Amino acid sequence: MIRVVLPAHLRTLARVSGDVDLDVQGQITQRSILDALETRYPVLLGTIRDHVTQQRRPYLRFFACAEDVSHESPDTPLPDAIASGKEPFFIIGAIAGG
Amino acid sequence: MSKVRVLVGTRKGAFILTSDGKRKKWDINGPHFAGWEIYHVKGSPADPNRLYASQSSSWFGQVIERSNDGGKTWEAVDNKFVYDGVPGTHQWYDGTPHPWEFKRVWHLEPSLNDPDTVYAGVEDAAMFRSTDGGKSWQELSGLRGHGSGPHWAPGAGGMCLHTILLDPSNPARMFIAISAAGAFRTDDAGKTWRPINQGLTSQHIPDPTAEVGHCVHRIAMHRSRPDVLFMQKHWDVMRSDNAGESWQEVSGNLPTDFGFVIDVHAHQPETIYVVPIKSDSEHFPPDGKLRVYRSRTGGNDWESLTKGLPQSDCYVNVLRDAMAVDAFDSCGVYFGTTGGQVYASADSGDSWAPIVRDLPAVLSVEVQTLP
Repeated sequence: MIRVVLPAHLRTLARVSGDVDLDVQGQITQRSILDALETRYPVLLGTIRDHVTQQRRPYLRFFACAEDVSHESPDTPLPDAIASGKEPFFIIGAIAGG
Repeated sequence: MSKVRVLVGTRKGAFILTSDGKRKKWDINGPHFAGWEIYHVKGSPADPNRLYASQSSSWFGQVIERSNDGGKTWEAVDNKFVYDGVPGTHQWYDGTPHPWEFKRVWHLEPSLNDPDTVYAGVEDAAMFRSTDGGKSWQELSGLRGHGSGPHWAPGAGGMCLHTILLDPSNPARMFIAISAAGAFRTDDAGKTWRPINQGLTSQHIPDPTAEVGHCVHRIAMHRSRPDVLFMQKHWDVMRSDNAGESWQEVSGNLPTDFGFVIDVHAHQPETIYVVPIKSDSEHFPPDGKLRVYRSRTGGNDWESLTKGLPQSDCYVNVLRDAMAVDAFDSCGVYFGTTGGQVYASADSGDSWAPIVRDLPAVLSVEVQTLP
């Protein structure tokens, strides 16, 4: 089971509290996690990645095992600790703005 | 009519203010969508309990919320605003071509007779329509396809389509306004559009009387006379008596003709309201005095309304979607400020009192007069 930590505003939007547990099939990548997340919570469509380009929204970052993987290819396999659920996949809102 | 509901969009959430017909005691409900920018909340004239809200943030983009119970509960609906075809380019601030990019919904205008039909004015400027209560959106691409799109340019707040007026007497006719392109009209329900800017003069564009490029801030109409339009432009207050075919200036004796809001009295089609702002670089009232100006003659002859409004040290702004009127016999007028105050007048502007003083900066104010 993959664990995903959402920013507070997206937890509110998805009406969840705490981490989100996802059953993700196949290789564990940014894309497969986000696909599974959006399938389970369609309200998050467009809030993390652009609807059309699928690009990460500029003020969001993806962290895995204390590494910023935001600029990795969305199809790069994530570390085993993410795939096993030992470590969560973080979606982080930039500390910016007011 | 026995109740009034004021829908307030702010930089950090939405608020719903309710009162009875006396409009003295108010209940404040909110924040809804706390922490998000709420550019606009508006109710359906066909079903007052159907509300639409534009919720956005720089982090998470656009969300559209819908309520079926007057704002007690909300559900997110579709937020996919995709331009038809190849979006093309408009002018950037430096005059270079810039790709059309969706940023946010500025204004939601529900149909006059169908709660499931709603129009959205967006940045970068375009108009979308939903006919299923917000579950899907389609662009009315004839507007961007008018041909002048490559010459449109953003105003300081972005290239936004911020005003949508539906003609109550002609379902095929709509008016919209874009900063900084100008006003446009459709007579075929949005298939085709044409600019209606003849008579506007804007010194900030190379040809001050060009067909497009004008920074229109707001247009208003009275539903009994949809051919008569009132406009607050970047500078100048304007009026048209022929559905926008031509405009004439009616700034008259205003202390400054810069401003954002303009609205029309609910029962007196020649009574209009503006809030003069000092200038385009000093977005606050002249002399630190917050004054609404009222004309009972459709412009030119203006009186200042100050009773109950701060007359010293006031440096707030009143943004373009932040004024509305109710439909009580004694017409109520409402506006919100960037300082977080929402002011109400239950006597057509003669006197004012704050409903609430310390909200986040107010982006929009709409009013529903309820049975």
